[in-house]
Amino acid sequence: MTILKANNVTKYFGKFTALDGIDMQVNEGEVFGFIGPNGAGKSTTIRILLGILKASEGSVKIFGKDAWKDAVAIHERIAYVPGDVNLWANLTGGEVIDLFTKLRGKVDKGRREKLIERFELDPTKKCRTYSKGNRQKVALVAAFASKADLYILDEPTSGLDPLMERVFQECVLEAKDAGKSVLLSSHILSEVERLCDRVGIIRQGKIIETGSMAELRHLTRTNLIVQTKQPMSGLGQMAGVHDVEEKEGVLSFQVDSEKLDEMIRYISSFGILKLESAPPNLEDLFMRHYEGSRVDTEGGNHNA
Amino acid sequence: MRSTRKGTAILLRFLVKRDRVRIPVFVLALVLITCMTAMALSNLYSTSESRQIMAETMVNPAMTAMLGKGYGLDNYTIGAMMAHQMLLFTAIAMTIMNILLVARHTRADEEEGRIELIRSLPTGRLANLYATLTLAGFTNLFIGILTGLGLFSLGIESINLEGSLLYGTAIGVTGFFFATITAIFAQLSENARGTIGFSFTVLGVSYLLRAIGDIGNEAMSMASPLGWILSSEVLVTNKWWPIIITFIVSLLIMITACVLYSRRDLGAGLLPTRPGKRTASASLLSPFGLSLRLQRTGLISWAIGMFLLGASYGSVLGDLDSFFVENDMFQQLLNPENGHSLTEQFLTMIMSILAMISSIPALMSVNKLIAEEKKGRIDHLLSKKVSRNRLLGSAFLLSIITSLIMVSLTAIGLWTAGNMSMENGLDLWNVYSAALVYLPAVWLVIGLVILVIGIFPRASIVGWIYLMYSFIVVYLGNLLEFPKWLSGISPYGHIPELLIEEMRYLPVSILFLLVILFVITGFIGYNKRDIQA
Ligand SMILES: Nc1ncnc2c1ncn2[C@@H]1O[C@H](COP(=O)(O)OP(=O)(O)O)[C@@H](O)[C@H]1O
Ligand SMILES: [Mg+2]
Repeated sequence: MTILKANNVTKYFGKFTALDGIDMQVNEGEVFGFIGPNGAGKSTTIRILLGILKASEGSVKIFGKDAWKDAVAIHERIAYVPGDVNLWANLTGGEVIDLFTKLRGKVDKGRREKLIERFELDPTKKCRTYSKGNRQKVALVAAFASKADLYILDEPTSGLDPLMERVFQECVLEAKDAGKSVLLSSHILSEVERLCDRVGIIRQGKIIETGSMAELRHLTRTNLIVQTKQPMSGLGQMAGVHDVEEKEGVLSFQVDSEKLDEMIRYISSFGILKLESAPPNLEDLFMRHYEGSRVDTEGGNHNA
Repeated sequence: MRSTRKGTAILLRFLVKRDRVRIPVFVLALVLITCMTAMALSNLYSTSESRQIMAETMVNPAMTAMLGKGYGLDNYTIGAMMAHQMLLFTAIAMTIMNILLVARHTRADEEEGRIELIRSLPTGRLANLYATLTLAGFTNLFIGILTGLGLFSLGIESINLEGSLLYGTAIGVTGFFFATITAIFAQLSENARGTIGFSFTVLGVSYLLRAIGDIGNEAMSMASPLGWILSSEVLVTNKWWPIIITFIVSLLIMITACVLYSRRDLGAGLLPTRPGKRTASASLLSPFGLSLRLQRTGLISWAIGMFLLGASYGSVLGDLDSFFVENDMFQQLLNPENGHSLTEQFLTMIMSILAMISSIPALMSVNKLIAEEKKGRIDHLLSKKVSRNRLLGSAFLLSIITSLIMVSLTAIGLWTAGNMSMENGLDLWNVYSAALVYLPAVWLVIGLVILVIGIFPRASIVGWIYLMYSFIVVYLGNLLEFPKWLSGISPYGHIPELLIEEMRYLPVSILFLLVILFVITGFIGYNKRDIQA
């Protein structure tokens, strides 16, 4: 069942087009990864989902209700962690957690204590003294302590240490096991790969790829490191081969996943001494699109 | 020493850039208002008879408490008039500017983590404080010189070069004195609010000490920096030494601030902080409760301040009464037509000033919503089960309650102290109702801010400008005989003066309607617009 559906969401800030026809869908019980470089429009999208910004065009439905008009009713079932957690300097972490959970509605005291323990947070300290990571923990504890149906998390781990990142990932998976949905914006790709069922990639305000992890792997490239008996020629000319590098007779390159079969046959005709392959990952996909954007802007500069 | 100030010059240039609008606007406004007032006074009171009559109306305890002891009252020249009626309030405007400037560039920046970035660069440990105080110093110097030369250039007979330069120096040095005081509190308190709060407290206490001292106990005036400044008898005998001493004391305070700064950890304060609560009390758990909690300390300080302010005006009423009784000529002068006592007339003027000052905390309270939005903290609330109406409504309600409490406290303070000082006391209800009737005017300013928050949040300063305008019109309007329509723009002038006239329902109802209109429009706008990040 679809619980979040964004249709052609466009957002202008004056003349600047921050979002350009975003379509997005989150289904019940899935973790949806929302990735893209800085300034791509992740936070803007999320703030529209929350009815904090008003979409210039398009519509967002969450739990079948309009994200702008029925914001308050929707928020009863949503837990949100903003990217930049700014808290009140003279309240303690514990007070802020209580405030947030209470304002959302349903409070689960037992979970609150457990989460504070798991995230190793000292709730008696004033927010003024918290580091970025600790402020994020406050928001995360408040989010996971409430019984929400949809968790919207905007780059929630950017200040956490690896240990705490693990705790966070456990929390997300627990929520998923409980049948909840999660929208996770991130640019930590290993995290997205580990947690997400489906991802959408956003660049310059447009969704450029969307699909399940399996679907997207189709678009990815496998990294190969090869050494052959006879020198392998003509590699650079073959379709689907990228970034060829040679070092002391060892070739490393990338192959489009759908050309892999063809490629392996070709390599074996030269006699394989060594073959290592690294699985396709989101990082590559991401980097490809990211570099695409860099080339675009450079091209623009040349013309100017 | 060298290493601690490395980078000061670069930081100074950076601070100038950040304040490139704020400071010039303030400088220009202050110098212009000073010069225009002097010019207007010299046109209005061109004969020495008219000035002498003016002097007579000024020689009473209430005026002395408010403006300071006048000098040269038997030869009330335009210069003496300027020093008597403008110097103190101009100096106070300077102190406010300096307090905000220093707090902004020291503790506020530190609280936001910006000083940490600067400290991580190859800059000296004290560079930021040096740069801030240098900026304050130059701004004050600049205002002092411009004011001095400006006044002199008007070519008014009694305003000679030495006197006008002393006038400029006096306000400049007062400003600098409070810049250094704020620098001290920026070390003691660990947040900007505390820094500003403590500094304003010093300002308030200085004003009160001087007020009480000037109407009786000389020694108390000498305990107040504002008293030192006034004792220089600017444009009368032109004594430089009180100003020089004030400046030297400022330098000593400055050195103390630097020593304190170099001794403490970044981010820490020197005043102790209590460990916090593990869980929130129930009263915090709503948008209203949150606002109240965030503003609690400030509101309590203002409440005390407003009561004391009311009481300090009340305490001069007794002296005023006996003064009026003894002074026949005065009675004729001020009381030609109606049967109201002079005390009542004086009270009437005080009521409008108290109402305007009571508007400050109410305005601060409602403006807090915009500050929260700018800091990105509104998202936390709106992403929960909190509607925009509830959020704006809470801010509005708190502001209304604040105005009610502040106005009430000034009236009660006035009545309490007045009763003690006068032989036949004041009627509580008379005083209280005369104060309360100003609430629609206060609410109009609040309503205007609600409107602005809803429609055009970036212009949230409008409320302050409107209040400032009202103050200037009422404070200078009578003195300078402004045209009626100018004061008509301010809501405070439309309120019936209950102590000397009957209740007029029409203007009050119109104000009410305007408030409702503003507030409704504001709410509609707030529901339609984006929340800024
Ligand atoms: N209130 C605003 N006014 C103007 N531009 C904005 C505003 N908010 C965001 N932007 C711009 O929109 C783009 C998307 O920003 P954002 O959604 O924060 O990106 P992300 O979260 O993906 O890093 C950026 O170029 C940013 O500068
Ligand atoms: Mg972002």
